[in-house]
Amino acid sequence: MAKRKSIILELFEFIKVHKTYWLAPIIVLLLLTGVLIILGSSQAAPFIYTLF
Amino acid sequence: MPSDLYILGISAFYHDSAAALIKGENILAAAQEERFTRKKHDHAFPKNAIHYCLQEADITIDQLAAVVFYDKPILKFERILETYLAYAPKGLKSFLTAMPLWLGQKLYLPREIDKGLENLYEGPIYFTTHHESHAASAFFPSPFEEAAIITFDGVGEWTTTSIGVGRNNNINLLKEIKFPHSLGLLYSAFTYYIGFRVNSGEYKVMGLAPYGKPVYSDLIFEHIIDLKADGSFWLDQSYFNYCTGFTMTSNKFHRLFGGPPRKSESLLTQRDMDLAASIQKVVEDIMLKVANRAYELTGLKYLCMAGGVALNCVGNGRILRETQFSKVWIQPASGDAGGALGSALFTWYQIKGNPREIIKQDAQKGSFLGPSFSQSKIREFLQLKKAKFSEYNNEDLLTKDIAKLLAEGKVIGHFAGRMEFGPRALGNRSIIGDPRNPDMQTKMNLKVKFRESFRPFAPSCLIENTDDFFELNHESPYMLLVAQIKENHRIKVNENQESIFDIDKLKQLRSDVPAITHIDYSARIQTVDEKISPRFHKLIKAFYKLTGYPLVVNTSFNIRGEPIVGTLQDAYRCFMYTDIDVLILENCICKKEEQPKMEGADEYKSTFKLD
Repeated sequence: MAKRKSIILELFEFIKVHKTYWLAPIIVLLLLTGVLIILGSSQAAPFIYTLF
Repeated sequence: MPSDLYILGISAFYHDSAAALIKGENILAAAQEERFTRKKHDHAFPKNAIHYCLQEADITIDQLAAVVFYDKPILKFERILETYLAYAPKGLKSFLTAMPLWLGQKLYLPREIDKGLENLYEGPIYFTTHHESHAASAFFPSPFEEAAIITFDGVGEWTTTSIGVGRNNNINLLKEIKFPHSLGLLYSAFTYYIGFRVNSGEYKVMGLAPYGKPVYSDLIFEHIIDLKADGSFWLDQSYFNYCTGFTMTSNKFHRLFGGPPRKSESLLTQRDMDLAASIQKVVEDIMLKVANRAYELTGLKYLCMAGGVALNCVGNGRILRETQFSKVWIQPASGDAGGALGSALFTWYQIKGNPREIIKQDAQKGSFLGPSFSQSKIREFLQLKKAKFSEYNNEDLLTKDIAKLLAEGKVIGHFAGRMEFGPRALGNRSIIGDPRNPDMQTKMNLKVKFRESFRPFAPSCLIENTDDFFELNHESPYMLLVAQIKENHRIKVNENQESIFDIDKLKQLRSDVPAITHIDYSARIQTVDEKISPRFHKLIKAFYKLTGYPLVVNTSFNIRGEPIVGTLQDAYRCFMYTDIDVLILENCICKKEEQPKMEGADEYKSTFKLD
């Protein structure tokens, strides 16, 4: 199995390169609550257009 | 990078998942996942399409030198967070719906790709931007050494429209318009408002437009869109709901046009047709302005296009006629599926810096990049079905007999060679008919495809005879250009007939090839070249010899809501459960009246969700 860079590391590299520091607290919060968000969600996404 | 290395391009998780495999600069295979799973616009990881591509090249996953995904997930994630933040607290429900998908899957693409490749792939995974993928799919397979490039679609990461330039093995995007200002989303908003499904009903809006008058165009320009002279545009977001909600349009939009969105499958009114005509005109005007700007910026005489909006063949036809570009090449898989191919080509040429050899015709191989079936497999299949069939060893005789059946008015399912990559059937997975037959359009729409009667059909015409029938001096191998039927083939409709209400106009004879003549005397043309498609060319030529008409009606081999047939079983089932009279599977002809009965037609028709 291939060894890949962690997504969290990539996210913070992105923030550093693009200087989008405002993203950092949101991402930390999302990662902390991620499991709850996933468990609390319904499976079907009702988006009319898959923008998100 | 040695020229015998394999690169796999993938598009997935949004709509139209696909895989494409190249070996050096050579495009070996490309296919959309929906053809295998039978779910239209399937967005799942394209494991079946990948499996097919590897099988076609006779390689295994571990032989891949690189895998490329067609957009950049983190950049897209940033756009999503920034959009929600800009509108907060509005859009909370949408945010809570989107985040699980992102935190559970879309953000972890390397993991998802590894999983999809059964953890057998150890090499690098690249990510190209969405519009780089589109631009690469438009320029690299084109027959041009240098060309202007335009991409326009709904949205990728941030970009929705871009102008670029392609030179040899390099593309450079010069200008871009960013989300939420999007030509694709504007057209989709009207598709939604007119009561069709977003992301698949856009063709219907384009087909419906000639029945109406563009009476709302000024209103759209006045209130919704601010179009500048350089082709850039700005959408007033108060008329839309796609940034925060689950619908495309807002109440303000509904008030502007005098009512709520049309209910799906309800009766189409003149107002719906006028709305379609209006948005079509607006989009064409914008496409023209963007194309003029691309010409100004690059000064090049050739143009390449991709992105969902580049499937608007009426707009494409106008770009060809009304701008300074002398030649246009449009990626046949212009939607997101084509991003798989573009990302692989981008990696080969731009990331790896390999030289590019220009192929005179183009490098797309007629877009015949999908699976095919051997004659022995077909024979075996038909015997298993206990089907009655005639098998031919002589292609001349076969095409002559098919031409005869066409001239008798038969509707024929034609399944031969490799499947097309892209939404258009180009003769290999097509239903064909006699364009002279005045009942052909209605029969094909209502009894074969089970779709709305207003929808037009396209002609496939011998390239050497295109000029006899159409105002088109340009090849259109991928059915992506619309042009007018020549005066001498038109039948004039008198003023009284002209005033007939909307859809009833369909019944009026407008040319000597009524089945492919739209009510504005236009046709979406496929030019058939012997060098690209020898068998289909031979078939049309045989029909020409018999009737004096070098063209046939060509529509995709499927029913409404169904992906184009992929396997022999799909083709046989579609043939048996619809009013298709004859099925051609490579060198075999099956006639409906000779086949053993098959139960299950209703179940088959209800399998597919209406588009």
